[in-house]
Amino acid sequence: MQEYFLLFIGAMFVNNIVLAQYLGNCPFIGTSKDTGVAIGMGGAVVFVAVMAAAITWLVQEYVLAPFGLDFLQTLAFILVIAALVQFVEMFLKKVIPPLYKSLGIFLPLITTNCAVMGIALICQREEFGFVKTVLFSFASGLGFMLALVLLAGIREKLAVRRLPIAMRGTPIGLIMAGLMSLAFFAFKGMI
Amino acid sequence: MILTSGLTLFGIGLLAAAILGIASKLLFVKEDPRIALIEDNLPGANCGGCGFPGCSGAAAAIVAGKAPASICIVADGEAIATIAALMGQEVIEREPELAVRDCTGGLRAADLFHYEGALDCRAAHLLYGGSKSCPEGCLGLGSCVRACPFDAIHMGPEGLPVIDPTQCKACGNCVDACPRGVIGVSGMSARLLHLNQTTDCLAPCRQKCPAQINIPRYIEQIKAGDYDGAVMTIKERNPLLVTCGRVCPRPCETVCRRQYVDETVGINMLKRFVADRELRSGVHLPVPCAKDTGKCVAVIGGGPAGLSCAYFLRRLGHSPTIFDAMPALGGQTRYGIPEYRLPKADLDWEIQGILDLGVEAKLNTKFGRDFTLESLKADGFDAVFIGIGAWQASGMYAEGEDLDGVMGGIEFLTAHALGQKPETGNKVIVVGGGNTAIDAARTCVRLGAEVTLMYRRTRNEMPADVEEIVGAEDEGVQFKFLAAPARVIGDENGRATHLEYYEMELGEPDESGRRRPVKKEGSEQRMEATLIIPAIGQKPDLACLYDDSEEGTCPLETTKWQTIVADPDTFETAIPGVFTAGDVYTGPDLVISAIGDGRKAARSIHYHLTEAAIPIPETTQKTMIPYTLFKEIDSVERKKRAVLPHLCHGDERNCTFNEVEGPLDEQQALAEADRCLRCGLVCYDRDEPFLAEERETSPDS
Repeated sequence: MQEYFLLFIGAMFVNNIVLAQYLGNCPFIGTSKDTGVAIGMGGAVVFVAVMAAAITWLVQEYVLAPFGLDFLQTLAFILVIAALVQFVEMFLKKVIPPLYKSLGIFLPLITTNCAVMGIALICQREEFGFVKTVLFSFASGLGFMLALVLLAGIREKLAVRRLPIAMRGTPIGLIMAGLMSLAFFAFKGMI
Repeated sequence: MILTSGLTLFGIGLLAAAILGIASKLLFVKEDPRIALIEDNLPGANCGGCGFPGCSGAAAAIVAGKAPASICIVADGEAIATIAALMGQEVIEREPELAVRDCTGGLRAADLFHYEGALDCRAAHLLYGGSKSCPEGCLGLGSCVRACPFDAIHMGPEGLPVIDPTQCKACGNCVDACPRGVIGVSGMSARLLHLNQTTDCLAPCRQKCPAQINIPRYIEQIKAGDYDGAVMTIKERNPLLVTCGRVCPRPCETVCRRQYVDETVGINMLKRFVADRELRSGVHLPVPCAKDTGKCVAVIGGGPAGLSCAYFLRRLGHSPTIFDAMPALGGQTRYGIPEYRLPKADLDWEIQGILDLGVEAKLNTKFGRDFTLESLKADGFDAVFIGIGAWQASGMYAEGEDLDGVMGGIEFLTAHALGQKPETGNKVIVVGGGNTAIDAARTCVRLGAEVTLMYRRTRNEMPADVEEIVGAEDEGVQFKFLAAPARVIGDENGRATHLEYYEMELGEPDESGRRRPVKKEGSEQRMEATLIIPAIGQKPDLACLYDDSEEGTCPLETTKWQTIVADPDTFETAIPGVFTAGDVYTGPDLVISAIGDGRKAARSIHYHLTEAAIPIPETTQKTMIPYTLFKEIDSVERKKRAVLPHLCHGDERNCTFNEVEGPLDEQQALAEADRCLRCGLVCYDRDEPFLAEERETSPDS
């Protein structure tokens, strides 16, 4: 049990997918202007990451590994994740239109979100079993969401502050992300 | 291996495609193709001014029928026409709107609001409540400027936002960004319908004005030389500015903060200055009216309340018809106010301006005789306004007052205005202390009589305007204070010859706060009179409301003062769709009160005709806001108040009915406007040189 707990905490805080692994920076900066959108985007990433990791684990375990096609891992995973995101997009458009509208252009971004791909690949690299894969991807997705919501909160405060023109928007967002990343390094010694 | 690899990837791809294919069938969302077409025609500003999330949201709303084709505030006419064509709609013209700032502010915004670290109004407001003393004033940190997507606002030198009307698209982003409600977006109709709110920036004069005229704004416009703008500001609340510029007793001036420095600002003089400027030009400034609604309203009574109600109804797009029993419109402004105070030609010009907007008038048509509420309904009127005034003089309650040679004040003035030349003889006694008494007395002086005005209290307690009392004294009216009529004595022909009166003394104060007059027993004396004019008071003549066939039954509820009962907020009577205001509702009151209530009734009628329910906001300002009434006014240089020039002198003044007082000239008006302190709720503009002197002499400096 402790093993799973440490895996969860490690994925969420110590090896945070954005702030420690530096994956998924594009949607991280792009959707962190508003807390509401950040929560929606984070939720979508959690969902897609878990689904993607689970399906890619099955593909790896039952298709690629038995035929000795491990070298196709990246290509096959891209194919699976792209199809999955398309499915999620259709699902949200039909079932949760307000979330679909609020995500806007950033939903297709998940297709090319290296965080999702990265989570699936890390699970394979670490040779996790199915349960650990699902748990790790869920925790990593939550880690992404946490970082996104925290940055959105900061950027909402920054939006009402007077800043030099050159620093407004993405530049100050990146600086804040960097500072958050430094702060997350404090978790390094935990595990 | 290559074959296996290819087949594996192909298989995965095929499976994914199959799943997506099935999903696309199951999760298919049908989207109207017009949404994309409409979105293409929207300007893509995503300003939020339409109230929908972005242009795609607006496009979807238009297609869903939740918004008109003209919903986009930024789109030009061509784009709106294209969208309307796509939707098969007729283009509905939208009333232009503009952002306006409702804070006089001045330098205090910068002086008062230094918040540690917070450089945004919203942050300052959250952290500190945003206020050190003024709950509504501008914080001066410019959040509205940064929120404007069209660069239509900049912070002016006084720390207040300045709006560029040519750039403003009325998107409302500035309104959302301002935590203090200093900026609002409104069109003409919204402005006409607005009632003073306690959350508005209301200088004391603006609070006190019964018509709710934005006095600080029009004085500021005069100061800036924008005289036409000042006229239009006044006309948003008062269509009879020429009249009020001459006869208004100026309740606004009684609360002017300037009185605690030297003397009140001559607010009414300034109104008269711009009103007379328009009058002298001979051309009415164009007054915009909303698109015709096709609703007809009967306005019974063509006095100030009726004219005001009709004017505002017309501006809101309705079609009013005024019915008046007299041969000309104006009510008691025409028949109760003598020519020397308000020339009839000027009144005619002003009323013609109202009629020219499309208001119909039917004269010599008496309610209850020529038409009834039922006949109006049968004629297709959607609502009725009753503003028949208070035309019945109150009696003296003295024996013999029904003799010949006794004539009520309002009856005398009306007869004179109608050219009936009432016989005055050479000795006239006017009883009363109000403006009607003074008007009757000064009229009799001009008709060549010796006039004595009898009042039961002293000069200090007279309710008439001081200027009017002084005018009467100047013109030779004799005053008999502390005297009350006992009985009228007549000759054998039944004609009054003398008035017997008691001498009075002042006792304890009564409910009005004035000391109650008590008669001295055995003090009866007689005074010779050829005409006795009691001008004690007036009350509405409600006989017109009674149905002849059912004597004594009135379709409307009335009070013991013979006024009509109505809802104090909406002015709606017990009969739905029938509204009232003016003297017939309040009892005898000021012209400006009738004008203000006429607008409020028009507002209620508008909502009654368009939305059925009449909204009355909870924050509506009804009484003076106590914390705005302070008396400590610092750092203001004393300046002399202007005096209206006299147009007639000596015999010419006493023998003719020519106007007595004239308007200020431009230089005097600018100097008087400069005396205005530009007050807000609690702020006022200090004089900068005084502030500089204070800083120099301050021990801290």
